[in-house]
Amino acid sequence: MIERHPMDQLLREDRIPHIWCSGCGLGTSLTAFISAIQASGVPLDKISVVSGIGCTGRVAGYVKLDSFHTTHGRAIPFAVGLHLANPSLKVVVFSGDGDLIAIGGNHFIHSARRNLDLTIICVNNFNYGMTGGQGGPTTPIGAKTTTTPYGNFEFPFNIPHLAAASGATYVARWTALDARRLKKSIQEAFLKRGFSVVEIISPCPTLFGRFNRQGTGLDILNSYRENTVIQHGADPAKVAIEPDGKIIVGKFVDIERPTFLDLVNEGLKGKVEVSYEKPQPEEVTVPSADE
Amino acid sequence: MESNAAVLTGEHFITGNEACAEGALAAGCRFFAGYPITPSTEVAEHLSKRLPQVGGTFIQMEDELASMNAILGASWAGMKTMTATSGPGFSLMMENLGLGVMLETPCVLVNIQRGGPSTGLPTLVGQGDMMQARWGSHGPYEIIALSPSSPQEIFDFTIKAFNLSEQFRVPTLVMSDEVVGHMTEKVTVPAPEDIKLTYRKTPKVPPEEYLPYEADEDLVPAMALAGQGYGMHVTGLTHDRKGYPVISEEAQIELVERLVYKIRKNRDKIIEYREEECEGADVIVCAYGISARTCLLPIGMAREEGIKVGLLKLIVVWPFPEEHIDQLAEGVKGFVVPEINYGQISLEVERCAHGKAKVIHVPHAGGGIHDPTKVLEAIRRAAK
Amino acid sequence: MDEPSTAEKSRFWRKPLDADELQIPKGKVHIIKERCKGCGFCVEYCPRDVLEISEEFNSKGYHYPFTANPDACVSCGLCDLLCPEFAIYSELIEPEEVEKGGK
Repeated sequence: MIERHPMDQLLREDRIPHIWCSGCGLGTSLTAFISAIQASGVPLDKISVVSGIGCTGRVAGYVKLDSFHTTHGRAIPFAVGLHLANPSLKVVVFSGDGDLIAIGGNHFIHSARRNLDLTIICVNNFNYGMTGGQGGPTTPIGAKTTTTPYGNFEFPFNIPHLAAASGATYVARWTALDARRLKKSIQEAFLKRGFSVVEIISPCPTLFGRFNRQGTGLDILNSYRENTVIQHGADPAKVAIEPDGKIIVGKFVDIERPTFLDLVNEGLKGKVEVSYEKPQPEEVTVPSADE
Repeated sequence: MESNAAVLTGEHFITGNEACAEGALAAGCRFFAGYPITPSTEVAEHLSKRLPQVGGTFIQMEDELASMNAILGASWAGMKTMTATSGPGFSLMMENLGLGVMLETPCVLVNIQRGGPSTGLPTLVGQGDMMQARWGSHGPYEIIALSPSSPQEIFDFTIKAFNLSEQFRVPTLVMSDEVVGHMTEKVTVPAPEDIKLTYRKTPKVPPEEYLPYEADEDLVPAMALAGQGYGMHVTGLTHDRKGYPVISEEAQIELVERLVYKIRKNRDKIIEYREEECEGADVIVCAYGISARTCLLPIGMAREEGIKVGLLKLIVVWPFPEEHIDQLAEGVKGFVVPEINYGQISLEVERCAHGKAKVIHVPHAGGGIHDPTKVLEAIRRAAK
Repeated sequence: MDEPSTAEKSRFWRKPLDADELQIPKGKVHIIKERCKGCGFCVEYCPRDVLEISEEFNSKGYHYPFTANPDACVSCGLCDLLCPEFAIYSELIEPEEVEKGGK
C-alpha cells in the first residue's frame, strides 16, 4: 500500500522524495506554502506557481498546480505576463535569494514599485546552493562560501527593506522553524491584493551551514529558536541580519495601495471607448487561520 | 486613427513601425511588453495607445529581459503576445528566446535592425543581426524569421509571423530594419474576415490524460493554458513528455530532436520567397529586407546592359530555402547577395550553392543603403 | 467532580469550571518511512515528546523516527508542518474514542 500524506493531493507524488538535502528548510517552506494555499480557499485551478533557477527554484516541479520553471532571475517578469494576461489567476513566485535579488533584482524592485498583484516567496539560505555554495547578495559579512574563501567582503541586502522601499504592500520574514506563523503569513500574503513578499530564513546544512560550521539542519533550527525575535511592525530598515545577531522576524509592512491594474482601469476610464474592466480575482473570504 | 477597432480596414499612409503595430493587432495580439529602443520605439508607443482601445494590455517593462519573459508568461495565459526591439535589446533577449523555444511558447519578436555592433548607429539602418536571429541563443534549436521590405510587408508579415508562431509553437522573429521601420508608405488593411488567423492547438483530452509535450504527427504538442485546470509543469530544463525535468542523454535526444525537426520537417509549410525572372537567368540577386528593394535599380540597369538577372526575394529567411538555392545554382553563373553587413545570408547562399555557382557578397557596414553602382558591378562580375 | 490530576494541579491555580467537558485531543502519528531523510526536526520539536529516532533505517540509509510515546500525541500537527519531506503526519482520533476528562 502506497502511504499517502494529506498534502499529497497538491504534490507530484511521483517526484517525491524531492532532491533537497536532509535538514534543508525548503521542504518545510513548501509544506507551509501548500497548507497556506489549501487553507486559503482559492480554487487550485486558478493558482500558478513560477520559479527561477536554484534549489528553491525546484519548488515549481513539486507542486501539482500550473507551474513554470523559468530562467535564472526571470520568474517575476514571467509571472507579470501571466498575471496581466489573465488577472483572475493567483500567481505566486517562489524562488531563492540569489535568483530574486541578484540577477532578478531589477525585476523585483520594479514589480514592487508597480504594486503588481503577485505573491513573492523568497527563501533565503545566504548562498547559491544549487551551484555548490557560492556567495550571494545576502551572504553575511565575513562568511565563508566557495567564492569568498577569505570571508565575504560585501554588505548583504536587507530584503524586507528592499521590498518595502520599492513599494511592496506586504512584507514579512519568518524562519523555517516558525512553520505555523509562516503558514499564516503566506496565507495572508497570498490573499492580499498587491505585491506581497515573504522572506523565509532557511538552513543550508550541506553548503553554507557546513562552510560556516553551523552544524546540521537541526542545529541551525535550534539556533533560530535561540536567536529569533518577533517584532511585528518593525521598521524594515532596521531588520538587517547582523552576523551573530538576532534574526528579527514578523510582519513588517501591511498597507493598502492601488495595484497596477487598479491604476490602469482607473486611468483608462473615459479615455478609451472599449470598456476596460478586466476580470478581477474572485472575492475570497479569509477563513480563520487557526484551524 | 482614433478607433477602438482592432482591424483598421482601409488605406493608410503610415510608417513601417506603425504598420507593424497594426499588423499585430489585426493578428489578434492583445499583449505587448517592451522597452524603448531606437529605431523600434514607435512600435511600443503606437501599441501603448492602441492596445487599451481594443481591450489589450500594454506594459513597458524595466528591461528587455523582462519584456521577453513577460510575453512568454502572457502567452501561457492564452494571449497572443509580441515585443519589439533592436540590436542591443535583441542580444539581451537571447537567453529567454531560448526559454520560449524550449517551453514551445508562441510569441513574436520584432527586431528593427540598426547599425552595430554594440550601441552602433541607433538611428540608422543595419542588417547585421541575421545570423544572430538564427543562432543567437545557446544550444541546438530551429527558429522562424521573416524579413519585410516595406510597411505593407511588415503589416502582412507580422500577421504571418503570429500565424506561424501559433501553428508551430515557436517564437517567431520579424527581422525588419530602420529604413523600413521609419519609411512612410501606403498600407492597405483588409477587412477582418479576409485575414486568416491561426491559434495554437488546444488539448483534446481531459487533464488526467494530458501530457504537455506529447506531440502529434506534425511534431507540435497541444498547449494547455494556466488556469484551465491542467495542472501542468513546464520547465526550461530538458524534460520528458510530462514536462518533468529529466537530466539524461535519452531525454535530450528525444526532446531536442523533436524541437529541431518540428521546424525542419515542416519547412515546406514555412519557407516562402518571391521570384522575379529567375527562369533562365545568368545571375540571381538574393536579397531580403530593405536590400530587396534597393537592388531593384541595379537589377534594372543590368538588364538594360543585356544581363539576364533574376531577383530572389526572401520572405522567410529562417529556415533558409536550402533546396531552392541548390536548385537555382544548377542553372546560374552566380548569385549576388547585397546585405547591410559583412556576410551573413551570403554565407548561407554560398553553402547551399555547393560550389555550382559563384556567390558574390556586396557588403555595407550600415548607416545607409547600398550604392547601386556597387551592386551593379557585382552583378556584372557574377555574369562573367 | 473528579480529583484534579497532578498535571492539572500544577498547571492551574484553580480547577477550570469546564474541566469536565475539556477534551484534550488525541492523535495518531503516521510515518512514511521511505520518505524520511533523518533530519530530526520532528523529534526535536514535538511538544509532547512523542517521537524518537529509530535504530532502523530506510532503503536510503536514513534513520526515521518512531512513536516512543504514542499516547502523548494530541494531533497538534507541528510534525506535519515542520517535516521537510512530507514523511510524517498526525491523524486526529475522533473524540468519541477519547475518555472524557482529558486523560
